[in-house]
Amino acid sequence: MPLTASEKILSRKAGEEVRAGDIVVAEVDGAMGTDATTPFAIKAFEGMGGKRVRNPDRLSLVLDHASPAPNERISWLHSLMREFSVAQGVRLYEIGEGICHQLMVENGHAGPGDVFIGADSHTPTIGALGAFAVGVGSTDLAAVMHTGRIWLKVPRSIRVELGGAFRPGTFPKDVILYLVGKLGIAGATYEAVEFGGAAVRTLSLAGRMVLGNMVAEMGAKAALVDTDGLELPEALAGRRFPDHLPDPGASYRRRITVDIGDLGAQVAVPDSPDNVRDVREVVGTPIQMAFIGSCTNTRLEDLHAAAHVLRGKHLAKGVRLIVTTASRRVFNAALADGTVQALSEAGASFITSGCGPCVGTHQGVPGDGENVVSTTNRNFRGRMGNAKSNIYLASPAVAAAAALAGEIVDPAPFFEAPAAPAGAHA
Amino acid sequence: MTTDLHVLQGRVHVVGDNVDTDRIIPGKYTKTLDTSELASHLFEDYDPGLVDRLRPGDLVAAGDNFGCGSSREQAPIAIKAAGVQCVIARSFARIFFRNAINVGLAVAEVPELDVSDLAAVLVDLRGGTVTDVATGKVFSATRMPAVMAHILAAGGLQAYLKAGGDYTVSE
Repeated sequence: MPLTASEKILSRKAGEEVRAGDIVVAEVDGAMGTDATTPFAIKAFEGMGGKRVRNPDRLSLVLDHASPAPNERISWLHSLMREFSVAQGVRLYEIGEGICHQLMVENGHAGPGDVFIGADSHTPTIGALGAFAVGVGSTDLAAVMHTGRIWLKVPRSIRVELGGAFRPGTFPKDVILYLVGKLGIAGATYEAVEFGGAAVRTLSLAGRMVLGNMVAEMGAKAALVDTDGLELPEALAGRRFPDHLPDPGASYRRRITVDIGDLGAQVAVPDSPDNVRDVREVVGTPIQMAFIGSCTNTRLEDLHAAAHVLRGKHLAKGVRLIVTTASRRVFNAALADGTVQALSEAGASFITSGCGPCVGTHQGVPGDGENVVSTTNRNFRGRMGNAKSNIYLASPAVAAAAALAGEIVDPAPFFEAPAAPAGAHA
Repeated sequence: MTTDLHVLQGRVHVVGDNVDTDRIIPGKYTKTLDTSELASHLFEDYDPGLVDRLRPGDLVAAGDNFGCGSSREQAPIAIKAAGVQCVIARSFARIFFRNAINVGLAVAEVPELDVSDLAAVLVDLRGGTVTDVATGKVFSATRMPAVMAHILAAGGLQAYLKAGGDYTVSE
């Protein structure tokens, strides 16, 4: 019987063919916790009678959610994690090294066909590598630390086929925002979303991570992006991977085909990520703050798009732009190629690589009544730390263009080839 | 401590659809291990007075997709620490549902749920029914996988693994 990507990966783990709806207990290939989830996981691990982490080399701890620590209480939680990592021989990524999902991918802690468990809801980002990567809470992470395994229900799947080519000024973020709007905030609850098609084959790893990231905003359990045409991170060079691609004829709950050339830039308006509009419907909305960051959208190609808009110009009066990079590696690359300088000269404020203002803890809480254009994934009321602010989700190009104009604008003109001079011959 | 699997009784506080984890407990309050501190901010950005109206043993009755958003286990922990003994909802977001079971907060998915604020209800977790005491109306709950029922019966995943040491997926 033909299998979906999820069924194939979990069948190999189960040692028998399993289908959507079956329950499996799977050996975990990689696991991860952050400073938002690991402290409770450590407590739960001890509560389970845990003494030694089962597979310490498969576990990563990341200080990214409130990093560097903004107060003594969070500093204490960071110390707890540092001590646990030393005592258990578990790797820990320090403040400023980057955002958890980016670090897992960059450093080869997950690969195609793996079962990866992350104590963070945006763990499906790692599905860009063709891994079955699932977000859980603290106690499930503790159980993985204790047993090396997890129980999982094999999900039904939705198949998304992307064709066509991007219009100027549109990006993978616009595609996933469009899909979240189409499917709704609970449109894929308990399900896996598979992405394939000619347009996916042309995407970079970074672009595929944007797609995987926001399946969480449809309620999905995992994203499985076909790895055809994917250039794997260097850290995975030389590793061999099991067959993890879906079989032709696999059974899907729903199939969706999108010609990405039909899409303009998309914006999710307050207060839900599925409240999605074409940018032209919200042009002219004044903004006071823009944020380019998060596990969704702040890799090198995202920063390039922002710099393309802002190079040689300056933010509108009364607008602030906060930028954090997906990792220190991304920051260094953007430093080396002049992107950081271009953005900084345009007036951007760079903060430590990490989750930053996305989780409303520190580093840029918006003011009362302010509108924020953000490249993140959630615009729930109060998400960025102030329930009296309004969050618009969009691509880095939209965020940069809004920061320049002081209001939401269509970024397309910044990316269109200059019109040929009158009388010119092709 | 084990969760009584038979019948829970209490009055419900009704909340709407898509109550996300930021509205259950804002992210800025989550970085602590102090569960009473978490409870004090429960539903702060959804209905700031609700936490003061909760009495120990009350239930929360929600619409669709309760607990969508973040993986923060602080959400069910805060609800439990505020004295809520059970959340019934038309549907739950995946991670919240799993987290609730794992921390020993009783949850029941009741697709046709329709009760008024402060109504008294009986929840039969094993039988899978919710009864509105005043009207006598009975609503059916979706059956959860056996492994989840075992974990909830044990009082949560910590106690479950401590006692048994491994997952049992059969009935």
